[in-house]
Amino acid sequence: MKFGILVNEGPYTHQASDSAYQFTKVALEKGHEIYRVFFYNDGVNNGTRLTVPPQDERNIQNNWSELAKEHDLDLVVCVAAAQRRGILDESEAKRHSKDVDNIAPGFRISGLGQLIEIGIECDRLVAFGD
Amino acid sequence: MLHTVNKSPFEKTTFESCLNHARPGDAVLLIEDGIYAAMKGTAMADRIAGMNGELSLYALGPDLAARGVDEGALLEGISVVDYGGFVDLVAEHDVTQTWL
Repeated sequence: MKFGILVNEGPYTHQASDSAYQFTKVALEKGHEIYRVFFYNDGVNNGTRLTVPPQDERNIQNNWSELAKEHDLDLVVCVAAAQRRGILDESEAKRHSKDVDNIAPGFRISGLGQLIEIGIECDRLVAFGD
Repeated sequence: MLHTVNKSPFEKTTFESCLNHARPGDAVLLIEDGIYAAMKGTAMADRIAGMNGELSLYALGPDLAARGVDEGALLEGISVVDYGGFVDLVAEHDVTQTWL
């Protein structure tokens, strides 16, 4: 079955990022397709590569990047939410004259249309948030 | 329809809203702090008993374990599922409503 995932909360806040990650991982293990994971509102904070949590703790952002690499996932952060929170890819950083970009590997920045598309294309949409 | 609730009913009213909107035959999965609604001996116990089995109630096992809640502490009629069971519930129901 084709699943879409919506993540509305940042990592290390409550539990939504962890729950969404575990759900996505197990859905893939069970042979389902993850059409896209869309990160909205504070959820865009899952998409920075500059996090450095203690070494004996899970690194939520890295977990997403590794899962994306392993399964060729489409991880999309909302552009408007991302700009407000300082999540930039190379072209956005250049466009806004910032000295660095910080989008994590496997993530891309796009618009809300990508969430609408999940609703159209997927059999199921599962939301995680606060 | 599958409903998911992720907050304690003693912190937020999403579980109450869920019960007020759910239709007979719907399933409700308690995850994260939502699992506290499934415990025996709380103010929610009578509310759940009053549903007379119209809804199928589930609690996510890993979230019980993370909070030190033993399955024996749960109300009767609550089924414990793992993440695989969560995925199956989503697949079995045509729509998933997340109460946030």
